[in-house]
Amino acid sequence: MALFGKLRWISRRFTTLAATPLRICVVGSGPAGFYTAEKILKAHKGVEVDIVDRLPTPFGLVRSGVAPDHPETKIVINQFSRVAQNDRCSFLGNVSVGSSVSLPELHEMYNAVVLAYGAESDRTLGIPGEELGGIYAAREFVWWYNGHPDCRNLAPDLTSSDTAVILGQGNVALDVARILLRPTMELAKTDIASHALAALEESSIRKVYLVGRRGPVQAACTAKELREVLGIKDISIQVKQADLVTTPADEVEMKNNRIRRRVYELISKAASSGHSPPLPGQRELHLVFFRKPDRFLESEDRSGHVAGVRLEETTLQGYDLGKQIAVGNGVFEDISCGMVLKSIGYKSVAIDGLPFDHDKGIVPNVGGRVLADSFKDVPQYETGLYVCGWLKRGPTGIIGTNLYCAEETVASISEDIERGVLTSNSTKPGREGLLQLLDSRNIRVVQFDDWKRIDTEEKRGGNLKNKPREKLATWEELLQVARK
Amino acid sequence: MFLTKFSGLAAHAIKDLVKAPSFTWRTSYVPVIQNNYAQALRRKSFCTTADKVSEEGREEKQKVSVTFVDKDGEEIHVKVPFGMSMLEAAHENDIELEGACEGSLACSTCHVIVMDVDYYNKLEDPADEENDMLDLAFGLTDTSRLGCQIIAKPEIDGIRLALPVATRNFAVDGYKPKPH
Ligand SMILES: Cc1cc2nc3c(=O)[nH]c(=O)nc-3n(C[C@H](O)[C@H](O)[C@H](O)COP(=O)(O)OP(=O)(O)OC[C@H]3O[C@@H](n4cnc5c(N)ncnc54)[C@H](O)[C@@H]3O)c2cc1C
Ligand SMILES: NC(=O)c1ccc[n+]([C@@H]2O[C@H](COP(=O)([O-])OP(=O)(O)OC[C@H]3O[C@@H](n4cnc5c(N)ncnc54)[C@H](OP(=O)(O)O)[C@@H]3O)[C@@H](O)[C@H]2O)c1
Ligand code: FES
Repeated sequence: MALFGKLRWISRRFTTLAATPLRICVVGSGPAGFYTAEKILKAHKGVEVDIVDRLPTPFGLVRSGVAPDHPETKIVINQFSRVAQNDRCSFLGNVSVGSSVSLPELHEMYNAVVLAYGAESDRTLGIPGEELGGIYAAREFVWWYNGHPDCRNLAPDLTSSDTAVILGQGNVALDVARILLRPTMELAKTDIASHALAALEESSIRKVYLVGRRGPVQAACTAKELREVLGIKDISIQVKQADLVTTPADEVEMKNNRIRRRVYELISKAASSGHSPPLPGQRELHLVFFRKPDRFLESEDRSGHVAGVRLEETTLQGYDLGKQIAVGNGVFEDISCGMVLKSIGYKSVAIDGLPFDHDKGIVPNVGGRVLADSFKDVPQYETGLYVCGWLKRGPTGIIGTNLYCAEETVASISEDIERGVLTSNSTKPGREGLLQLLDSRNIRVVQFDDWKRIDTEEKRGGNLKNKPREKLATWEELLQVARK
Repeated sequence: MFLTKFSGLAAHAIKDLVKAPSFTWRTSYVPVIQNNYAQALRRKSFCTTADKVSEEGREEKQKVSVTFVDKDGEEIHVKVPFGMSMLEAAHENDIELEGACEGSLACSTCHVIVMDVDYYNKLEDPADEENDMLDLAFGLTDTSRLGCQIIAKPEIDGIRLALPVATRNFAVDGYKPKPH
């Protein structure tokens, strides 16, 4: 009986699917968006997926985050391109949800919407002086060297002093440190944006401080990135021996976490092998631990510009849930510098009509289903609204993390299709409707073939300069080439 | 199954073949490989020239049996030519093993679990670079390896590799799912 019911259900599903496909829109073409699209297309033969992105270029942080000297990491673009070229999938670039089209409009036009638009803002420190010139979010600096059109004109100040301070010790902090310290001859062979390469060639920065509020056992980076920055050619690594002393709580942390143990070992090894003082002119990387930023100091000769950072010494307290917390002990010290990069984490941006948890900076959800009201005991879901990636989990995790994250979200979608929560009974205009609406608003959509023109042009430009690609880094250039 | 036919030729004979690269009959497997992994494979492969001598049956001796255990626990038995990586073997046989960086040791999505410690011990120790990526693998175990770094060779004939089940656990990088 149950089996019969199931069969009948399946045949019904097939007929309806054949008539009108279920139409799903994925917002954001980063790893979360592409993995979601790939898994949906694979699991449901009758479903159509459109991936919209506010940029004319796909791939999210794989293009605009992953460091230019990590070409192997970007190989995943091949896989994503195959997804975009699936007959049942399309990429619609230059479409910003929240301005080109509102979320309620999108939701109305598709059977389901999966939000995977990442995290395009920054955590802030909330300390005095944060607004001074010369202080940037690492995100902006990364967008600048990776040719994101929104930061083409950042013009970071690389020449007013020989010192840069990076706050935070995650992998992004290590990426930006490496870009500041690596010989530009080596960067010239990468797909780094040419405006950034030119500025880095003129850079006077020789000394970079990587400042963590906790110890070497808690440094948020991973071994691969650390190994790379420690291995920069002709660099002097400076670590205070006293910072390497571990407590029993540290030992427990290392025992329970392979990453923490291996990172600590690398730091201690670097400290013991390279503690001779730097040679004149040698580039220096200082790993500073147990210091939290207290305030930024304004320059006396250049009003409105940063001249240094005041740090407060910390000690670690508490061992609740495995997290030791840095607590200031009232001892301060200043580091003079002309540039500060805050690398303390990204933050997602809310869009109108979408439930948003402003504390955590994520869309409240259970297993990727968007919660209508996260305070109710019995969860109430927004029908047909899902979330994936950094917007769902917060701004941590590598590309592969989004694969598992997408599996979870797609499992929720599949369940809702099976339970009849998502059906194509009500025919939705989908892509056609969206394209019409955008056309009426004079928004020129960049489809995957248009992107391929950008891609070809960038590779051609790169070829001339012996680099993998020469990124087009302004909106005008990108849209112009896409339109040809 | 395939191997029984040639069981008279024991593993040591295969080993001899490996040690003696001047041996005249080489398989046709090298030219077959044209995809993205070919480069990585060539680097690792002990058999570098691609003589197109194809002798029926003899090819089989230059393959190892590998069993993949997929996410549903289903076993898939495949034959893998010497020198081919397990990532490539999985893809040639439509086994769902991810390989985001196509074998360039930059992603950890090709994580597999060697199901038998004896076989795990037969593999060369992972290099620092592999360990760096394994750090980030989901559901890491004591016998975890990266599929793109395990290369078919006589010693691993009969190896069983499990694809890790997505644990819904994003514990890597400090994220811990909170009870809701
Ligand atoms: C600097 C940096 C370097 C990194 N390097 C690595 C690395 O080397 N290896 C690794 O494994 N991981 C790396 N990561 C992590 C990895 O990039 C992330 O895990 C992953 O990109 C997150 O995927 P996502 O799809 O959630 O977000 P994203 O990749 O950010 O994608 C979001 C997409 O949404 C689009 N979007 C935003 N707002 C809107 C809107 N309103 N309407 C439409 N579209 C919108 C954006 O343009 C973007 O394309 C790095 C991260 C950073 C920040
Ligand atoms: N190659 C790669 O694989 C690669 C490259 C780049 C990025 N990524 C990934 O992308 C994700 C994001 O990286 P991320 O570096 O932005 O984040 P992250 O790993 O979370 O690191 C954030 C850093 O900022 C510090 N911090 C946070 N708030 C602070 C405050 N108020 N004051 C002082 N310090 C503060 C943290 O210290 P505490 O630990 O004390 O909080 C930590 O050191 C990570 O998962 C990372 O692994 C990967
Ligand atoms: S495929 Fe990326 S590490 Fe093996």
